[in-house]
Amino acid sequence: MTLDKLAIGKYGRIIAVRGRGRLRHRLLDMGLTPRVIVHMQRKAPMGDPISIYLRGYELTLRLEDASLIEVEEVSV
Amino acid sequence: MIIALAGNQNSGKTTLFNQLTGSNQHVGNFPGVTVDVKEGISKSDKSVKLVDLPGIYSLSPYSGEEILARDFLLKEHPDGIINIIDGTSLERGLYLSMQLLQLNIPMVIAINMMDEVFANGIVIKTNILSDYLKVPIIPISANKNEGIDDLMKAMIDLIKNKCAPPRQDFCSGPVHRTLHATAHILEDHAQRASVPASFAAVKIIEGDEPMLNDLSLGKNEKDMIEHGIVEMENELSMDRMAAIADMRYQYIEEITQKAVVRPKTDKHHDKTIKIDNILTHKIFGIPIFLSIMFVIFWLTFAVVGSFLSDLLSGGIDSLASVVSKGLNNFGINPVVESLVVDGVFAGVGSVLSFVPTIIVLFFLLSLLEDSGYMARVAFIMDKLLRKIGLSGKSIVPMLIGFGCTVPAIMATRTLTSDRDKKMTVFLTPFMSCSAKLPIYSVFAMAFFTKYRAVVMIAMYVIGILLAIVAALISRKFVFKGNPIPFVMELPNYRLPTAKNTMLLLWEKTKDFITRAFTIIFIASIVIWFLNKFDIRFNAVENSKDSILALIGSFIAPIFIPLGFGNWMASTALITGFMAKEAVVSTFAVLLSTQTESISSQLGTIFDPISAFAFLLFTLLYTPCVAAIAAVKRELGTKSMFVVVLLQTSLAYVIALIFYRIAILF
Repeated sequence: MTLDKLAIGKYGRIIAVRGRGRLRHRLLDMGLTPRVIVHMQRKAPMGDPISIYLRGYELTLRLEDASLIEVEEVSV
Repeated sequence: MIIALAGNQNSGKTTLFNQLTGSNQHVGNFPGVTVDVKEGISKSDKSVKLVDLPGIYSLSPYSGEEILARDFLLKEHPDGIINIIDGTSLERGLYLSMQLLQLNIPMVIAINMMDEVFANGIVIKTNILSDYLKVPIIPISANKNEGIDDLMKAMIDLIKNKCAPPRQDFCSGPVHRTLHATAHILEDHAQRASVPASFAAVKIIEGDEPMLNDLSLGKNEKDMIEHGIVEMENELSMDRMAAIADMRYQYIEEITQKAVVRPKTDKHHDKTIKIDNILTHKIFGIPIFLSIMFVIFWLTFAVVGSFLSDLLSGGIDSLASVVSKGLNNFGINPVVESLVVDGVFAGVGSVLSFVPTIIVLFFLLSLLEDSGYMARVAFIMDKLLRKIGLSGKSIVPMLIGFGCTVPAIMATRTLTSDRDKKMTVFLTPFMSCSAKLPIYSVFAMAFFTKYRAVVMIAMYVIGILLAIVAALISRKFVFKGNPIPFVMELPNYRLPTAKNTMLLLWEKTKDFITRAFTIIFIASIVIWFLNKFDIRFNAVENSKDSILALIGSFIAPIFIPLGFGNWMASTALITGFMAKEAVVSTFAVLLSTQTESISSQLGTIFDPISAFAFLLFTLLYTPCVAAIAAVKRELGTKSMFVVVLLQTSLAYVIALIFYRIAILF
């Protein structure tokens, strides 16, 4: 599944980051690389964007961009 | 000697810069407060110049800030780099370090926020990190001024010994092989472009266009490199961009596993989650945000700010009367007295009386910014702003615009993307500022007694609607291209420090006062002159005979199609360019009446339809001198003229359309 589908409070392991150019580079630079585990934190009041916790910090991104990130749910 | 400060946003880079230079500069917890490069001289050693680079996460060629930082490092050849990392999110910080380490420039890594690291129970073994990265690692707490001297000493020692980080490999396997092969192929080109070969190799593999242009590789070399990269991609079953990012993070994970001990729970973040459960709550998040903004406005414009402003303008008035008495006693020419009292004191004084309001507003906003709440505002409001082609970050300047356009435009400095900043500056004047409120209320009282509230609210709504339309149109034609991706760090909540806040306030105040005494000073004298003299340069008794009134009657015909082709209306619009407050007082002077009874007098020169057209025009026409000066500062002279012309012609068109249609009924 993709990151935008991960339920709040669940953990996911990143499998691949799709997309291209600037956005993709940015996602990778911010630490969204294969195998890293992310923890879904919350959705903004209007349902978008979302916030996730990874590598010791919290990151917000839009659902549209999160749908480019392939994850598998894991339990920690 | 030049030392560059490089680090992530929110790493405390600007705080460190302030500690090192004593310079007054904005420190914010909002990603990307430092948009342009700032310089300062070291407090401890006058021969050391420090350069505060924008907060960045990588040296990719995609965002303006990253390109700026990268160009500075590659082309200005600083003598040293201080790389500052937030110790609580070490991994992400080291990702940038690994790119900086390849630049062949002496470098020290400062691990900041050590106080929080301790409080969180995190252990960072700096000696192990240093063994791996082969550069000095200095733990510091920039906001407590701890470790700063050690940091500077380590940096200067390295520079004196010209000790750049050794060329090192962060990887093995296919990436390593490809990197080496690529570096080998482009070595000569890199040398000619004076770029370290290993840095150039990584960037070329990442598919970095500017680097490709800088190196001017031949077709043969390009093919050879491409061949190697494709081989690597096949071997790893991962594309080049991901392979490089993955290589860096793998190395970081390897060293942090040895050098960092993290407790199971992240205490500081747990606290942040608890606060966010309230502040970004699904139902209450937006109402809380609106209430916070309301309280800030109320405090600024109704309680503290206006109290201080009244106090200050009272002070200026009494000073003016003392000066006036003194000049009279001296027997000075009344025209000179008028220049000092009516021109300088009244003009500059009226602008200076804004200062307390602006300081209070910025004080409150800086608390939101330094605490980390501003990033949440962007998070909450992003979905709404996205519809007009902006991101959540633009909401704050626009909201401040309802108070005063000047600080609103100054606040766009927190926007990291040039495109977003420009667009926000252009849209902010549509938010009806508080100085226009007296105009609406006087006219509404005079012509729309029954629907007073409706007319006043309509002004605000029309402004917002037109802003949306303008945003949608300009997104199609002017601000094309993709907005910067909204992938933003939400920093942990922190208590703002008094020092940072004070530095910020001092900077804003200085900024505003400098402006008050340059452009506004000149403008005040010009308006005074035009209002005081007739065309033969004789001082006039009544402003009806002044040059200003003459200009007013000269341009008045332009407004005949809009229904208010009256010299008084035109004159009021001219003085309104000085300050929107002046519109009402000008009517009072020209109609020879008190401000209180102005409503009854306006009926002699307006009817309800032309009055509404006039209101539409004042809502939209050029922002005041102070706001224009702010636009010039942020975007330059050209944009300043564009704003003036655009707003004024839009005002004309909208008022014209309204008037022409309304008189048909």
